[in-house]
Amino acid sequence: MSTESSYVDSLYRDHSRRVQATLIRLLGDFELAEEAMQDAFVAAVQQWPVNGKPDNPTAWLIRTGYHCGIDQIRQRSTARRRAHLLLPTELLPAEETLDLEPTTIADDALRLLFTCCHPSLSMEARIALTLREMCGLTTEQVASALLMKPTTLAQRIVRAKRKIRDAHIPYAVPTQEELPEHLPDVLQVIYLVFNEGYSRSTGASVVDISLTQEAMRLGNELARLLPQGEVFGLMALMLLNDARREARQDSDGELVTLDAQDRRLWRQEDIQVGIAWLEQALALTPAGYYTLQASIAAVHAQASRAEQTDWGRIVRLYDALCRRFPSPVLALNRAVAIAMNGAPDTGLKLLDDIAHHPQISRYHLFHAAKADLLRRQGQHKAARSAYQQALLLVTLDPEKRFLNRRLAELENSP
Amino acid sequence: MKYVALVYYQEQIINAMSEQAWQDLNQECIAGVERLSVSGHYLGGQPLQPTETATTVRVRDGETLISDGPFAETKEQLAGFYLLEAHDLNEALQLASRIPPARLGSIEVRPVRELPPKAEPQKESGEQP
Repeated sequence: MSTESSYVDSLYRDHSRRVQATLIRLLGDFELAEEAMQDAFVAAVQQWPVNGKPDNPTAWLIRTGYHCGIDQIRQRSTARRRAHLLLPTELLPAEETLDLEPTTIADDALRLLFTCCHPSLSMEARIALTLREMCGLTTEQVASALLMKPTTLAQRIVRAKRKIRDAHIPYAVPTQEELPEHLPDVLQVIYLVFNEGYSRSTGASVVDISLTQEAMRLGNELARLLPQGEVFGLMALMLLNDARREARQDSDGELVTLDAQDRRLWRQEDIQVGIAWLEQALALTPAGYYTLQASIAAVHAQASRAEQTDWGRIVRLYDALCRRFPSPVLALNRAVAIAMNGAPDTGLKLLDDIAHHPQISRYHLFHAAKADLLRRQGQHKAARSAYQQALLLVTLDPEKRFLNRRLAELENSP
Repeated sequence: MKYVALVYYQEQIINAMSEQAWQDLNQECIAGVERLSVSGHYLGGQPLQPTETATTVRVRDGETLISDGPFAETKEQLAGFYLLEAHDLNEALQLASRIPPARLGSIEVRPVRELPPKAEPQKESGEQP
């Protein structure tokens, strides 16, 4: 009996998301599918100890959940405000004709991911829905990972689910022709989840959910279901960045820049895995946004000392990125790379060229980058004023302390 | 699935247009409606006269109040609407992106709301079967 129920526990852990993803497709409604999935597991706990466990537990849970969902639709009175928006049961597939082929069920996870990452939802809702529905985190876990109040988050999720249903956001895997338009939406959400965790790996480590791990798990699953070059590129980028995690702060928790990091702390196994992903990505030309970014991360990862960094290659990669995905932030990074590649004056001039851009003039890293180049050039007075400008704009404490340290070093020098 | 695409732009941008540019835009809209009709996505729609022609009506405590101007002063003004038939939001967004004023202002895409079924008339309390 108790082994049966612990079996159901592990089944819940392993299959509840898949069962739910399929029930959303079959019933056409997130909330209804979640209730139906819960009902199916309750039925399993009651029936399996008596009747024995079915040959295909997932299919059994889906069929039972579907049956419960149809009952729910029939029971809901029309007085409920939105009851008429549910699909009428006549339009739902008959229970005997349900498509429960393993490939269809696997694709349901993809359908769910594309729906959760739909650009018509707010970015906050996309991230929250993806963590909750795809990663199986509870609302409380997602709220704590995103530093939000659970009630606020719950409301956002409810609103997003209603919009998915009422505005008919599709629950579908894009066709091969639609992929270039829609895949970036999904990759962007996964990368934001990763960065949300990565930028927070300092300090407030009260959170027991690792967003970086969740993002990489999602990326892995996506790579299995949708083996596209950019998915591999994103996996490579996340692994190569994450490999440097322990070196990004010193024992006092202070920020350490790339050139000053102790490279022995970089996790070589992750770098190797990241480079393997990158090679897979590069085999599928043309290299996209994440693949190019990962290529840059790989150049850093492969330099055993900062002075050995192949800046020429980094400049060429930024050239390609800026040509295909022009943005002021990439132009900033390209200018820094050019300066580091032995042309500091050109780099500084390129920085001046973009200084007036509204997205750049208020970006603390622009002023910090400029200050750093001026400092390397020995132009201490100009460097100081750029650091001061950066300090006016910076928000995160570790970065603020870093800039203050650099400024203090310059105050003490002639 | 029906969607309404509400077309908004700053009327001052339109007012500042040359006569030729304005005529071209209109012709482009006519061609767009033709395309949408042929493909079966166009259910209806209409461009609107500028907001200076708008009058707002409210009824409060049974009294009708009439005032000059649009319901709300906004940066962009409602300039017209399309009623579209689309399979899902992706298709509706794709159709909306081809509405010419999308380049000048913005198109708000909203699913129409289906009303609940008409309520059955209440039976008289004294009625016997």
